[in-house]
Amino acid sequence: MINKQVPSVAEAVADIPDGATVMIGGFGASGSPIELIHALIDLGAKDLTVVNNNTGNGEVGLAALIGNGQVAKMICSFPRSSQSKVFPKLYRAGEIELEIVPQGTLAERIRAGGAGILAFYTPTTVGTVLSEGKEQREFNGRPYVMEPWLKADFALIKCEVADPLGNLSYNKTARNFSPLMCMAAKTTIVQTKQLLNRGGLDPECIVTPGIFVNRIVEVPDPVHEDNLIAAGRTYP
Amino acid sequence: MSDGWTREQMAARAAQDIPDGSYVNLGIGIPELVAQFVPEGREFIYHTENGMLGMGPPPAAEERDLDLMNAGKKYVTALPGAAYFHHADSFSMIRGGHIDVCVLGTMQVASNGDIANWSTGAPDAIPAVGGAMDLVQGVEHIYVITQHTTKHGDPKLVEECTYPLTGVGVVSRIFTNLAVVDVTPDGYRVVELAPGVTFEEVQEKTGAPILPAD
Repeated sequence: MINKQVPSVAEAVADIPDGATVMIGGFGASGSPIELIHALIDLGAKDLTVVNNNTGNGEVGLAALIGNGQVAKMICSFPRSSQSKVFPKLYRAGEIELEIVPQGTLAERIRAGGAGILAFYTPTTVGTVLSEGKEQREFNGRPYVMEPWLKADFALIKCEVADPLGNLSYNKTARNFSPLMCMAAKTTIVQTKQLLNRGGLDPECIVTPGIFVNRIVEVPDPVHEDNLIAAGRTYP
Repeated sequence: MSDGWTREQMAARAAQDIPDGSYVNLGIGIPELVAQFVPEGREFIYHTENGMLGMGPPPAAEERDLDLMNAGKKYVTALPGAAYFHHADSFSMIRGGHIDVCVLGTMQVASNGDIANWSTGAPDAIPAVGGAMDLVQGVEHIYVITQHTTKHGDPKLVEECTYPLTGVGVVSRIFTNLAVVDVTPDGYRVVELAPGVTFEEVQEKTGAPILPAD
Protein backbone atom coordinates (compact mmCIF):
# COMPACT_ATOMS: atom_id res chain seq x y z
CA MET A 1 0.00 0.00 0.00
CA ILE A 2 1.33 3.42 -0.94
CA ASN A 3 1.87 5.59 2.11
CA LYS A 4 3.72 8.90 1.68
CA GLN A 5 3.73 9.79 5.36
CA VAL A 6 7.12 10.52 6.93
CA PRO A 7 7.51 10.71 10.71
CA SER A 8 9.02 14.19 11.16
CA VAL A 9 9.73 17.48 9.41
CA ALA A 10 13.46 16.82 9.89
CA GLU A 11 13.24 13.54 7.97
CA ALA A 12 10.98 15.15 5.36
CA VAL A 13 13.62 17.72 4.32
CA ALA A 14 16.78 15.70 5.10
CA ASP A 15 17.91 15.24 1.47
CA ILE A 16 17.67 18.88 0.32
CA PRO A 17 21.21 19.59 -0.89
CA ASP A 18 23.22 22.79 -1.18
CA GLY A 19 22.35 24.64 -4.39
CA ALA A 20 18.80 23.28 -4.65
CA THR A 21 15.90 25.30 -6.05
CA VAL A 22 13.10 25.27 -3.47
CA MET A 23 9.58 26.56 -4.01
CA ILE A 24 7.91 27.60 -0.76
CA GLY A 25 4.12 27.96 -0.66
CA GLY A 26 2.36 30.86 1.01
CA PHE A 27 1.40 34.46 0.33
CA GLY A 28 2.86 36.54 3.12
CA ALA A 29 1.98 34.73 6.33
CA SER A 30 -0.99 32.77 5.02
CA GLY A 31 -0.08 29.26 3.93
CA SER A 32 3.58 29.57 4.90
CA PRO A 33 4.95 26.13 5.94
CA ILE A 34 6.85 27.47 8.95
CA GLU A 35 7.71 24.06 10.48
CA LEU A 36 9.21 22.76 7.21
CA ILE A 37 11.17 26.01 6.70
CA HIS A 38 12.55 25.80 10.23
CA ALA A 39 13.56 22.18 9.57
CA LEU A 40 15.43 23.42 6.49
CA ILE A 41 17.19 25.99 8.69
CA ASP A 42 18.17 23.17 11.09
CA LEU A 43 19.46 21.15 8.12
CA GLY A 44 21.61 24.08 6.98
CA ALA A 45 21.51 23.55 3.19
CA LYS A 46 23.13 26.59 1.51
CA ASP A 47 23.20 28.45 -1.82
CA LEU A 48 19.50 27.81 -2.28
CA THR A 49 17.34 29.47 -4.92
CA VAL A 50 13.97 30.11 -3.30
CA VAL A 51 10.71 30.81 -5.11
CA ASN A 52 8.01 32.53 -3.05
CA ASN A 53 5.77 35.55 -3.66
CA ASN A 54 7.55 37.49 -0.92
CA THR A 55 10.69 37.35 1.22
CA GLY A 56 9.23 36.68 4.66
CA ASN A 57 8.56 38.85 7.67
CA GLY A 58 10.25 39.43 11.00
CA GLU A 59 12.97 36.88 11.82
CA VAL A 60 11.03 33.63 11.52
CA GLY A 61 10.15 31.31 8.63
CA LEU A 62 11.38 32.42 5.19
CA ALA A 63 12.96 35.61 6.57
CA ALA A 64 14.95 33.49 9.04
CA LEU A 65 16.09 31.13 6.24
CA ILE A 66 17.33 34.17 4.29
CA GLY A 67 18.81 35.74 7.43
CA ASN A 68 20.70 32.50 8.14
CA GLY A 69 22.61 33.01 4.89
CA GLN A 70 21.16 29.93 3.18
CA VAL A 71 19.56 31.69 0.20
CA ALA A 72 21.67 32.84 -2.74
CA LYS A 73 18.77 33.97 -4.90
CA MET A 74 15.10 34.89 -4.45
CA ILE A 75 12.55 34.67 -7.25
CA CYS A 76 9.49 36.65 -6.18
CA SER A 77 6.98 39.36 -7.09
CA PHE A 78 7.00 41.53 -3.99
CA PRO A 79 10.20 41.36 -1.90
CA ARG A 80 9.34 44.00 0.67
CA SER A 81 6.61 44.62 3.19
CA SER A 82 6.12 46.65 6.33
CA GLN A 83 7.72 43.88 8.41
CA SER A 84 10.41 42.55 6.07
CA LYS A 85 13.80 43.68 7.32
CA VAL A 86 16.11 40.75 6.59
CA PHE A 87 15.91 40.69 2.79
CA PRO A 88 16.19 44.48 2.19
CA LYS A 89 19.38 44.59 4.29
CA LEU A 90 21.08 41.70 2.43
CA TYR A 91 19.86 42.98 -0.95
CA ARG A 92 21.25 46.47 -0.40
CA ALA A 93 24.55 44.89 0.73
CA GLY A 94 24.67 42.92 -2.54
CA GLU A 95 24.62 39.61 -0.66
CA ILE A 96 21.51 38.12 -2.27
CA GLU A 97 20.33 37.98 -5.86
CA LEU A 98 16.78 38.98 -6.82
CA GLU A 99 14.71 38.00 -9.84
CA ILE A 100 11.57 40.11 -9.81
CA VAL A 101 8.58 38.53 -11.59
CA PRO A 102 5.03 39.94 -11.87
CA GLN A 103 2.70 37.91 -9.67
CA GLY A 104 0.55 36.51 -12.49
CA THR A 105 3.60 35.65 -14.57
CA LEU A 106 5.15 33.96 -11.53
CA ALA A 107 2.03 31.85 -10.99
CA GLU A 108 1.80 30.97 -14.69
CA ARG A 109 5.51 30.13 -14.97
CA ILE A 110 5.14 27.71 -12.06
CA ARG A 111 1.95 26.26 -13.55
CA ALA A 112 3.72 25.87 -16.91
CA GLY A 113 6.61 24.09 -15.18
CA GLY A 114 4.20 21.61 -13.67
CA ALA A 115 2.21 21.23 -16.88
CA GLY A 116 5.18 20.66 -19.20
CA ILE A 117 4.69 23.91 -21.13
CA LEU A 118 8.18 25.14 -21.90
CA ALA A 119 7.26 28.81 -22.36
CA PHE A 120 4.31 31.08 -23.04
CA TYR A 121 3.61 34.58 -24.34
CA THR A 122 1.96 37.26 -22.22
CA PRO A 123 1.35 41.01 -22.66
CA THR A 124 2.31 41.54 -19.00
CA THR A 125 5.48 43.73 -18.77
CA VAL A 126 5.34 44.90 -22.41
CA GLY A 127 6.87 48.39 -22.55
CA THR A 128 8.36 48.13 -19.03
CA VAL A 129 11.87 47.55 -17.71
CA LEU A 130 10.84 44.02 -16.68
CA SER A 131 10.61 42.99 -20.34
CA GLU A 132 14.15 44.10 -21.16
CA GLY A 133 16.27 41.33 -22.67
CA LYS A 134 13.29 39.03 -23.19
CA GLU A 135 12.07 37.68 -26.52
CA GLN A 136 9.05 39.63 -27.80
CA ARG A 137 6.68 38.72 -30.57
CA GLU A 138 3.58 40.23 -32.11
CA PHE A 139 0.35 38.26 -32.38
CA ASN A 140 -2.66 39.88 -34.08
CA GLY A 141 -0.93 43.25 -33.91
CA ARG A 142 -0.28 43.16 -30.18
CA PRO A 143 3.17 42.67 -28.60
CA TYR A 144 3.80 39.82 -26.17
CA VAL A 145 6.74 38.81 -23.98
CA MET A 146 7.98 35.22 -23.84
CA GLU A 147 8.27 33.78 -20.34
CA PRO A 148 9.87 30.39 -19.57
CA TRP A 149 8.51 27.75 -17.24
CA LEU A 150 9.74 27.59 -13.67
CA LYS A 151 10.57 24.26 -12.05
CA ALA A 152 12.13 23.29 -8.74
CA ASP A 153 13.95 20.45 -7.08
CA PHE A 154 11.77 20.65 -3.97
CA ALA A 155 8.54 22.32 -2.86
CA LEU A 156 7.67 22.99 0.79
CA ILE A 157 3.90 23.20 1.19
CA LYS A 158 1.37 23.64 3.99
CA CYS A 159 -2.14 22.26 3.71
CA GLU A 160 -5.14 21.72 5.94
CA VAL A 161 -6.15 18.11 5.31
CA ALA A 162 -4.32 15.29 3.53
CA ASP A 163 -4.46 11.54 3.13
CA PRO A 164 -1.56 9.04 2.92
CA LEU A 165 -1.67 9.15 -0.90
CA GLY A 166 -0.88 12.89 -0.86
CA ASN A 167 -4.32 14.14 -1.82
CA LEU A 168 -4.63 17.64 -0.34
CA SER A 169 -7.12 20.33 0.51
CA TYR A 170 -6.26 23.77 1.83
CA ASN A 171 -7.86 26.42 4.03
CA LYS A 172 -9.22 29.66 2.49
CA THR A 173 -6.58 32.00 1.04
CA ALA A 174 -3.77 29.86 2.48
CA ARG A 175 -4.06 27.92 -0.82
CA ASN A 176 -2.49 30.62 -3.08
CA PHE A 177 0.62 29.29 -4.96
CA SER A 178 0.74 25.89 -3.25
CA PRO A 179 -1.21 23.71 -5.75
CA LEU A 180 0.99 25.08 -8.58
CA MET A 181 4.22 24.48 -6.69
CA CYS A 182 3.17 20.89 -5.90
CA MET A 183 3.07 20.32 -9.67
CA ALA A 184 6.34 22.08 -10.52
CA ALA A 185 8.75 20.42 -8.08
CA LYS A 186 10.53 17.08 -8.51
CA THR A 187 9.98 16.35 -4.81
CA THR A 188 6.99 17.93 -3.09
CA ILE A 189 7.02 17.89 0.71
CA VAL A 190 3.77 18.77 2.48
CA GLN A 191 2.98 19.51 6.10
CA THR A 192 -0.67 18.92 6.92
CA LYS A 193 -2.68 19.96 9.93
CA GLN A 194 -4.76 16.82 9.69
CA LEU A 195 -3.91 13.45 8.16
CA LEU A 196 -6.95 11.33 7.37
CA ASN A 197 -7.11 7.68 6.41
CA ARG A 198 -7.22 6.70 2.76
CA GLY A 199 -10.72 7.49 1.53
CA GLY A 200 -11.23 10.13 4.20
CA LEU A 201 -11.19 12.99 1.70
CA ASP A 202 -14.18 13.47 -0.61
CA PRO A 203 -12.73 13.01 -4.15
CA GLU A 204 -14.83 16.02 -5.27
CA CYS A 205 -13.06 18.25 -2.74
CA ILE A 206 -9.44 17.32 -3.41
CA VAL A 207 -7.57 20.42 -4.64
CA THR A 208 -4.16 18.81 -5.19
CA PRO A 209 -4.29 15.18 -6.39
CA GLY A 210 -1.70 12.96 -4.72
CA ILE A 211 0.24 12.36 -7.94
CA PHE A 212 1.86 15.77 -7.35
CA VAL A 213 2.93 14.99 -3.77
CA ASN A 214 5.85 12.88 -2.55
CA ARG A 215 6.00 13.26 1.24
CA ILE A 216 3.42 14.08 3.90
CA VAL A 217 4.21 15.01 7.47
CA GLU A 218 1.54 15.70 10.04
CA VAL A 219 1.94 18.97 11.98
CA PRO A 220 -1.29 19.06 13.99
CA ASP A 221 -0.89 22.49 15.55
CA PRO A 222 1.15 24.61 13.12
CA VAL A 223 2.48 27.99 14.23
CA HIS A 224 1.49 31.08 12.26
CA GLU A 225 4.05 33.66 11.20
CA ASP A 226 1.97 36.62 12.40
CA ASN A 227 1.62 35.09 15.88
CA LEU A 228 5.36 34.36 16.11
CA ILE A 229 6.19 37.94 15.11
CA ALA A 230 3.62 39.38 17.53
CA ALA A 231 5.27 37.31 20.30
CA GLY A 232 8.70 38.68 19.34
CA ARG A 233 10.02 35.23 18.37
CA THR A 234 13.08 34.63 16.21
CA TYR A 235 14.54 31.46 14.68
CA PRO A 236 16.77 29.56 15.27
CA MET B 1 -9.58 78.04 -4.92
CA SER B 2 -11.37 74.83 -3.96
CA ASP B 3 -9.57 71.62 -3.00
CA GLY B 4 -12.44 69.79 -4.66
CA TRP B 5 -13.35 66.27 -3.60
CA THR B 6 -12.15 64.46 -0.45
CA ARG B 7 -10.65 60.96 -0.64
CA GLU B 8 -14.05 59.51 0.24
CA GLN B 9 -15.82 61.63 -2.38
CA MET B 10 -13.29 60.54 -5.03
CA ALA B 11 -13.96 56.91 -4.14
CA ALA B 12 -17.72 57.48 -4.17
CA ARG B 13 -17.49 59.20 -7.57
CA ALA B 14 -15.50 56.27 -8.99
CA ALA B 15 -18.07 53.80 -7.63
CA GLN B 16 -20.75 55.62 -9.67
CA ASP B 17 -18.97 54.53 -12.87
CA ILE B 18 -18.88 50.82 -12.04
CA PRO B 19 -21.87 48.93 -13.53
CA ASP B 20 -24.08 46.65 -11.44
CA GLY B 21 -22.83 43.07 -11.33
CA SER B 22 -19.20 43.95 -12.05
CA TYR B 23 -16.29 41.83 -10.88
CA VAL B 24 -13.94 44.41 -9.36
CA ASN B 25 -10.34 44.45 -8.17
CA LEU B 26 -9.40 47.32 -5.86
CA GLY B 27 -5.82 48.47 -5.32
CA ILE B 28 -4.38 49.47 -1.96
CA GLY B 29 -5.09 52.95 -0.52
CA ILE B 30 -7.89 55.24 -1.74
CA PRO B 31 -9.18 52.54 -4.16
CA GLU B 32 -10.05 50.35 -1.14
CA LEU B 33 -12.57 53.03 -0.09
CA VAL B 34 -14.66 52.35 -3.21
CA ALA B 35 -16.18 49.33 -1.43
CA GLN B 36 -17.78 51.68 1.10
CA PHE B 37 -19.68 53.61 -1.58
CA VAL B 38 -21.47 51.05 -3.70
CA PRO B 39 -24.45 52.90 -5.21
CA GLU B 40 -27.92 51.88 -4.03
CA GLY B 41 -29.30 48.93 -5.97
CA ARG B 42 -25.93 47.72 -7.34
CA GLU B 43 -23.78 44.76 -6.34
CA PHE B 44 -20.04 44.44 -7.03
CA ILE B 45 -18.10 41.23 -6.41
CA TYR B 46 -14.58 41.86 -5.17
CA HIS B 47 -11.62 39.84 -6.37
CA THR B 48 -8.38 39.59 -4.44
CA GLU B 49 -5.27 38.33 -6.24
CA ASN B 50 -4.33 35.85 -3.54
CA GLY B 51 -7.31 33.70 -4.37
CA MET B 52 -10.83 34.82 -3.50
CA LEU B 53 -13.97 36.19 -5.13
CA GLY B 54 -16.58 37.60 -2.78
CA MET B 55 -14.22 39.37 -0.41
CA GLY B 56 -15.94 41.15 2.45
CA PRO B 57 -14.93 43.92 4.88
CA PRO B 58 -12.28 43.50 7.60
CA PRO B 59 -13.37 41.36 10.58
CA ALA B 60 -13.50 42.41 14.22
CA ALA B 61 -10.11 41.67 15.82
CA GLU B 62 -11.44 38.69 17.78
CA GLU B 63 -13.03 37.17 14.66
CA ARG B 64 -10.04 37.31 12.35
CA ASP B 65 -9.02 34.13 10.57
CA LEU B 66 -5.26 33.80 10.06
CA ASP B 67 -5.83 32.00 6.75
CA LEU B 68 -8.11 34.71 5.31
CA MET B 69 -6.14 37.65 3.93
CA ASN B 70 -6.36 40.01 0.97
CA ALA B 71 -3.62 40.90 -1.50
CA GLY B 72 -2.50 43.73 0.81
CA LYS B 73 -1.97 41.02 3.49
CA LYS B 74 -4.73 42.46 5.64
CA TYR B 75 -7.28 40.22 7.34
CA VAL B 76 -10.63 40.20 5.54
CA THR B 77 -13.89 38.23 5.52
CA ALA B 78 -15.61 36.05 2.94
CA LEU B 79 -19.20 36.97 2.00
CA PRO B 80 -21.88 34.31 1.41
CA GLY B 81 -21.20 32.97 -2.10
CA ALA B 82 -17.45 33.55 -1.91
CA ALA B 83 -15.04 31.23 -3.73
CA TYR B 84 -11.40 30.33 -3.08
CA PHE B 85 -8.95 29.33 -5.81
CA HIS B 86 -5.21 29.06 -6.46
CA HIS B 87 -2.99 31.76 -7.91
CA ALA B 88 -3.03 30.57 -11.53
CA ASP B 89 -6.84 30.61 -11.55
CA SER B 90 -6.80 34.00 -9.85
CA PHE B 91 -4.55 35.49 -12.51
CA SER B 92 -6.46 33.72 -15.27
CA MET B 93 -9.40 35.84 -14.10
CA ILE B 94 -7.18 38.92 -14.50
CA ARG B 95 -5.15 38.04 -17.58
CA GLY B 96 -8.03 36.28 -19.30
CA GLY B 97 -10.13 39.45 -19.20
CA HIS B 98 -12.75 38.20 -16.74
CA ILE B 99 -12.36 41.01 -14.18
CA ASP B 100 -14.45 43.97 -15.38
CA VAL B 101 -12.94 46.90 -13.53
CA CYS B 102 -9.70 47.52 -11.68
CA VAL B 103 -9.26 50.66 -9.59
CA LEU B 104 -5.66 51.59 -8.85
CA GLY B 105 -3.67 54.30 -7.14
CA THR B 106 -0.72 55.76 -8.98
CA MET B 107 2.40 57.88 -8.90
CA GLN B 108 1.95 59.13 -12.49
CA VAL B 109 -0.40 58.71 -15.46
CA ALA B 110 0.42 59.90 -18.98
CA SER B 111 -1.99 61.45 -21.47
CA ASN B 112 -1.77 58.31 -23.66
CA GLY B 113 -2.87 56.09 -20.73
CA ASP B 114 0.58 54.92 -19.60
CA ILE B 115 0.73 54.29 -15.86
CA ALA B 116 3.67 54.28 -13.43
CA ASN B 117 2.71 52.99 -10.00
CA TRP B 118 5.20 50.31 -8.95
CA SER B 119 8.67 51.81 -8.52
CA THR B 120 10.35 55.18 -8.15
CA GLY B 121 13.36 53.77 -9.97
CA ALA B 122 15.61 55.19 -7.21
CA PRO B 123 18.98 53.35 -7.08
CA ASP B 124 18.42 52.00 -3.54
CA ALA B 125 14.72 51.17 -4.09
CA ILE B 126 13.86 47.49 -3.82
CA PRO B 127 11.73 46.70 -6.89
CA ALA B 128 8.39 45.14 -5.89
CA VAL B 129 5.80 44.73 -8.61
CA GLY B 130 3.20 42.34 -7.18
CA GLY B 131 0.23 41.92 -9.53
CA ALA B 132 0.16 45.49 -10.89
CA MET B 133 1.56 44.69 -14.36
CA ASP B 134 -0.83 41.75 -14.80
CA LEU B 135 -3.84 43.84 -13.76
CA VAL B 136 -3.18 46.76 -16.12
CA GLN B 137 -2.71 44.44 -19.11
CA GLY B 138 -5.56 42.06 -18.40
CA VAL B 139 -8.46 44.15 -17.08
CA GLU B 140 -10.48 46.04 -19.68
CA HIS B 141 -11.38 49.09 -17.60
CA ILE B 142 -8.43 50.47 -15.65
CA TYR B 143 -9.58 53.33 -13.43
CA VAL B 144 -7.15 55.41 -11.45
CA ILE B 145 -7.91 57.32 -8.25
CA THR B 146 -5.27 59.85 -7.28
CA GLN B 147 -4.71 63.33 -5.94
CA HIS B 148 -4.32 65.65 -8.92
CA THR B 149 -0.85 66.72 -7.75
CA THR B 150 1.89 65.38 -5.47
CA LYS B 151 2.48 66.69 -1.94
CA HIS B 152 4.95 69.12 -3.54
CA GLY B 153 2.34 70.36 -6.02
CA ASP B 154 3.80 68.59 -9.06
CA PRO B 155 1.29 67.23 -11.58
CA LYS B 156 0.58 63.48 -11.43
CA LEU B 157 -1.24 63.65 -14.77
CA VAL B 158 1.66 64.21 -17.12
CA GLU B 159 2.58 64.17 -20.82
CA GLU B 160 5.00 61.28 -20.34
CA CYS B 161 5.77 59.30 -17.17
CA THR B 162 9.23 59.81 -15.69
CA TYR B 163 8.93 56.88 -13.25
CA PRO B 164 9.31 53.28 -14.55
CA LEU B 165 6.14 52.20 -16.35
CA THR B 166 3.70 49.58 -15.09
CA GLY B 167 1.89 49.41 -18.42
CA VAL B 168 1.53 51.23 -21.74
CA GLY B 169 -1.69 52.93 -22.84
CA VAL B 170 -3.92 51.09 -20.38
CA VAL B 171 -5.71 53.71 -18.24
CA SER B 172 -9.18 54.73 -19.37
CA ARG B 173 -10.46 57.09 -16.64
CA ILE B 174 -8.90 59.08 -13.79
CA PHE B 175 -10.70 60.28 -10.66
CA THR B 176 -8.80 63.09 -8.89
CA ASN B 177 -9.73 65.55 -6.16
CA LEU B 178 -10.31 68.17 -8.87
CA ALA B 179 -11.99 66.33 -11.74
CA VAL B 180 -12.93 63.16 -13.55
CA VAL B 181 -10.65 62.91 -16.58
CA ASP B 182 -10.80 60.52 -19.53
CA VAL B 183 -7.83 59.35 -21.55
CA THR B 184 -8.89 59.76 -25.19
CA PRO B 185 -7.05 59.41 -28.52
CA ASP B 186 -6.75 63.23 -28.34
CA GLY B 187 -5.26 63.17 -24.83
CA TYR B 188 -6.89 64.16 -21.55
CA ARG B 189 -10.49 65.30 -21.57
CA VAL B 190 -12.42 66.56 -18.54
CA VAL B 191 -15.61 64.58 -17.89
CA GLU B 192 -16.68 66.41 -14.75
CA LEU B 193 -15.26 69.11 -12.47
CA ALA B 194 -15.43 68.86 -8.67
CA PRO B 195 -17.67 71.50 -7.08
CA GLY B 196 -15.96 74.91 -6.98
CA VAL B 197 -13.12 73.83 -9.28
CA THR B 198 -12.61 75.62 -12.60
CA PHE B 199 -11.36 74.15 -15.87
CA GLU B 200 -8.49 76.66 -15.80
CA GLU B 201 -7.36 75.37 -12.39
CA VAL B 202 -7.39 71.79 -13.67
CA GLN B 203 -5.41 72.76 -16.76
CA GLU B 204 -2.87 74.63 -14.63
CA LYS B 205 -2.33 71.60 -12.38
CA THR B 206 -2.14 69.08 -15.24
CA GLY B 207 1.22 68.37 -16.88
CA ALA B 208 -0.22 68.00 -20.39
CA PRO B 209 -2.87 69.69 -22.53
CA ILE B 210 -6.40 68.86 -21.40
CA LEU B 211 -9.65 69.27 -23.28
CA PRO B 212 -12.77 70.74 -21.65
CA ALA B 213 -15.91 68.66 -21.17
CA ASP B 214 -18.15 68.49 -24.23
